[in-house]
Amino acid sequence: MTDLASALHVTVLLATVTTLSLLVIATPIGWWLSRNRSLFKDIVTAVVALPIVLPPTVLGFYLLVAMGPKSPLMDLLHPFGIRTLNFSFAGLVIGSIIYSLPFAIQPIRNAFESLGQRPFDVAATLRATPLDTFFTVALPMARKGFLTAALLVFAHTVGEFGVVLMIGGAIPGKTEVVSIRIWQLVEQLDWPNAHRLAGGLLIFAFIVLLSLLLIDRRWSQRHD
Amino acid sequence: MFTRTILFRLVYLTALCLPLGTPALAGDVQVAVAANFTEPAKEIAAAFEKKTGDHVVMSFGSSGAFYSQIQQGAPFEVFLSADAERPTRLEAENLGVKGSRFVYAYGTLALWSATPGLVDNKGAVLKKGNFQHIAIADPAAAPYGLAAVETMKKLGLYDALSPKIVRGSSIAQTYGFIDSGSAELGFVALSQVYKQNKGSRWNVPAAFYTLIDQQAILLAPGANDPAAKAYIAFLKSPEAVKIIKSYGYAVH
Repeated sequence: MTDLASALHVTVLLATVTTLSLLVIATPIGWWLSRNRSLFKDIVTAVVALPIVLPPTVLGFYLLVAMGPKSPLMDLLHPFGIRTLNFSFAGLVIGSIIYSLPFAIQPIRNAFESLGQRPFDVAATLRATPLDTFFTVALPMARKGFLTAALLVFAHTVGEFGVVLMIGGAIPGKTEVVSIRIWQLVEQLDWPNAHRLAGGLLIFAFIVLLSLLLIDRRWSQRHD
Repeated sequence: MFTRTILFRLVYLTALCLPLGTPALAGDVQVAVAANFTEPAKEIAAAFEKKTGDHVVMSFGSSGAFYSQIQQGAPFEVFLSADAERPTRLEAENLGVKGSRFVYAYGTLALWSATPGLVDNKGAVLKKGNFQHIAIADPAAAPYGLAAVETMKKLGLYDALSPKIVRGSSIAQTYGFIDSGSAELGFVALSQVYKQNKGSRWNVPAAFYTLIDQQAILLAPGANDPAAKAYIAFLKSPEAVKIIKSYGYAVH
């Protein structure tokens, strides 16, 4: 059972690190997209939405190449003794961040957009600096968007398979996540353990989706 | 409202993507091919199609994955496994046609690197350990992966090498890991590297691992399909054997 535990550990760790990183990365992008109206914005919107449309194999393939030892990007890391980011936890984090990017940016951006202009005008008349306004007005008011983003990203990362299959190398305790473990258990015909893990993920996914809907309901009641 | 919208959109998109099964047409043979046999299988199919006019539809993957799929009713008519164990089990489970099993190729394991000079012709590089990653196929699903583990154990190096092992889901993905240089070296099927002079390799002696006797079997869906039977017969023909041998397999 230890390898089941280690697969769970890697999965939860990966989802947590990805979620925290994406909240930091997606906030400025979501903010900028919500405050801006230009053609360039549409281009950026399309780019960050790509992972929804692209098959994980496309992302996985590009990542495999970009993080391989022949990639110019990896040349920058060679001085630090890093040959390749494939087969590493750091590589999985990078892959997961890209894979779940739209699931973080969209809710945050929508939350910022729904604030409208008024709170900012009021803050300005009270002589708040833009930075002040952002941290004391925009962020707290948009907290529902952040909660939604965090839940979606966490769940989406747990549900990741294709990208990890292509760049992970299934190293127990390092890159072997639950979805990969299930795939291997099925191939090995170890159905009892496959059932256990798959059933666990099913319940987890249901709880996440239900909480999202409940949050949505509570919020709309409060604001109606 | 974003949550609701995206949920509905996802459900809708998923419904659009439900696969529609396509049954094999008459004159079509659906073959599940173990990944190590990919290249010879393509060549054999071309020769077979030219000769008979029948069409071969091939899927490539690990023997373990195919075995699970066949158990669950996959419509394959012929299975070219990388071992004898899985076809034997399929025959016992009545999913394969009794008496149709035979060894179509004996495989050889090779330690291979895309870097010239890294792998010596005695495998001493494994002891030196001057690499970060060694790729093998998933031992539970791919016989060549199992042979790789056996070899490392026989050399008494398995525990030392374990932290460096990365696993491909099939021998084809394993080859890709090594070919791209992401893993400096790894165990592949000799057939995958036999026809090229790239890099460096060690043909692992047969004494290091259990014999890789790759068996073919006619599966239940193909039991009454003349095209499937013709394909099995062609696999035993001198023409096919010549192709198989040209990839470094032994045929008795």
